[in-house]
Amino acid sequence: MTAETTHTETVDDDRRNFIHIATGAVALGGAGMFAWAAIDQWNPAADTKAASSLDVDVSKVPLGGEIRVLIGGKPFFIRHRTDAEIASAESVNVETLRDPEADDARLRPKADGSVNRAVLITSGSCTHLGCVPVGPSQGSTGDFGGWFCPCHGSHYDTSGRIRKGPAPKNLPVPNYRWVSDSVVNISL
Amino acid sequence: MSGHESSYTPNSAFERWLDKRLPIVRFAHDTAISFPTPKNLNYWYVFGGILAIFLVIQIVTGIILAMHYEASVGGAFASVERIMRDVPFGWLLRYIHSNGASMFFLAVYIHMFRGLYYGSYKAPREVLWILGCVIYLLMMATAFLGYMLPWGQMSYHGANVITGLFGAIPLVGESLQTWILGGPSIGNQTLQRFFSLHYLLPFMIAGAVILHIWALHVPGNNNPTGVEVQDVEKDTVPFHPYYTVKDSFAIVIFLIMFAFFVFYAPNVLGHADNYVEANPLVTPSHIVPEWYLLPFYAILRAITFDLGPIEAKLLGVIFMFAAIAVLFVLPWLDTSKVKSMRYRPVARQFFLGFVAVCLLLGWCGAANPDDAVIPALQGEPTLVVAYTADGGAATSVYKGGDEVFGAAEAFMESLPASAAPSIDVVPAPTFQFRHLSLILTFMYFGYFILLFIVGLGEKTKPLPESIHKSVLKAHKPNTGTAVPAE
Repeated sequence: MTAETTHTETVDDDRRNFIHIATGAVALGGAGMFAWAAIDQWNPAADTKAASSLDVDVSKVPLGGEIRVLIGGKPFFIRHRTDAEIASAESVNVETLRDPEADDARLRPKADGSVNRAVLITSGSCTHLGCVPVGPSQGSTGDFGGWFCPCHGSHYDTSGRIRKGPAPKNLPVPNYRWVSDSVVNISL
Repeated sequence: MSGHESSYTPNSAFERWLDKRLPIVRFAHDTAISFPTPKNLNYWYVFGGILAIFLVIQIVTGIILAMHYEASVGGAFASVERIMRDVPFGWLLRYIHSNGASMFFLAVYIHMFRGLYYGSYKAPREVLWILGCVIYLLMMATAFLGYMLPWGQMSYHGANVITGLFGAIPLVGESLQTWILGGPSIGNQTLQRFFSLHYLLPFMIAGAVILHIWALHVPGNNNPTGVEVQDVEKDTVPFHPYYTVKDSFAIVIFLIMFAFFVFYAPNVLGHADNYVEANPLVTPSHIVPEWYLLPFYAILRAITFDLGPIEAKLLGVIFMFAAIAVLFVLPWLDTSKVKSMRYRPVARQFFLGFVAVCLLLGWCGAANPDDAVIPALQGEPTLVVAYTADGGAATSVYKGGDEVFGAAEAFMESLPASAAPSIDVVPAPTFQFRHLSLILTFMYFGYFILLFIVGLGEKTKPLPESIHKSVLKAHKPNTGTAVPAE
């Protein structure tokens, strides 16, 4: 050890950079973690997610009519189709459709494998911009006998398929299963 | 202008004391009293002041309304009705707030067209213009959020349509939409966050307005000639009293018109549907936004065709946002060095056309896209019987009045049951609002392309040497031989 150790005014840039970067990293990490919480809190809350399925007794739907249910605030149509409506849904040449889907593919079989063609369950949100189309209960079924969206004029057929207007897709078929011969469980 | 020397002299001992510690009085004096302002500003320049007043009106009435409003799906509609019926002067405060939003937009549109006409977006005012666009965007967001709060039918379904736009974005759309709504659909959580943000955004607008005024005071005002101030003595007058008085006069006139709406036609700009409580299962037959968003709504609906892999719905959303985004880059789209349209005879015609296009787009946005633009030109509808014959689809068309219905019916009965005939009324092809919207959409974007092209090779009129000279020329003393009438 020499007694001549002097205090120099030189700056250790590496040391200073390390401190700057470390401080910045901590601040950024903290801000990032807070941002995560601040953003994620907008996602559906546990109780909102929990209210996402419903049992519906479809035997109460009048022939040729429909009922509308809300699950988690989303509308669904449960329609009791007449034979003529079923026939018109099945007779369409699927190739010519905008969103080609056979009527059969839009029905879910019961536990025993049989299919109830009379009961059609679809989402009640127009695939264009989410309006609720009008149907038999409102006295307007559009050009193809199914539903008509009054917002921008989309026409759906008796299988809920888009036939005319701006909507790009068929009314989606929700997840549902037959709990019994007359009750379906619909979930989001 | 930022360069101008402060002419503030503290008069009292207190002012001198304060000036050394916080020169806020000096700042206010230099900003709003002595600020040198071009002497030739016309009445198109008063809307900035009107907008400032309306921001204050909206914030003050909004804060009061929030004291009576309940942000819950069960209570929102009833609380608004309570404000209207039971809260002392609640009806007045709410009508001021709802009509104030319309007046705010009316003023901002005139303010923006003013900027477009006189080239106020050009160097050195690009940042000023962009901040204005930011304010406009924030205003639209605030108005949209606020429109949901009364929880009427139009509130609910309008919000449903607009939040549905985010669902059109590929890959992330659906989760983004769920995130915005806080659930599978609009619910209590959505209403609460919209209320919170509706309260927040006006203060962000206020912040952006401060930056906007700051950016205005660095280069100083543009003016109808578009010629920059060269001599502060000759070209400008102090803001007070010249423009404080002029602006105040305009504000009073504007407020009189505002009062007419508030007191005599408070609902004429709204929709009756919004006095029906929100019902997710019943969509109003005709969803339209408030009038000030109609042109963008028309653009959204105008696109009904796919472009390659981009679906029509997404394309409509892209066009709608592009219609706003294009304003942000306008300073670099307009290639002309001459600011004011006064001296750009060709571009001026296009500008006037652009104003007409914007108004017509608003008209289209309010109309049903399938309706005929000119109903008188629409021909007779036809009856079409569709049936299947020999395994293929066939149609039979009936033209004429009521009497052909019998013929069509008889034909349907003559067909075998396997033909599954259906009858339909098909309107005669005509020029519909969807067609007009599409044409106008392309004209809207076309204006900005034209500004680029026209600016490159346009023959402009000679610019005045200075603001001062242009004013003198406009008020040339009568030196002719005319004898004044005696």
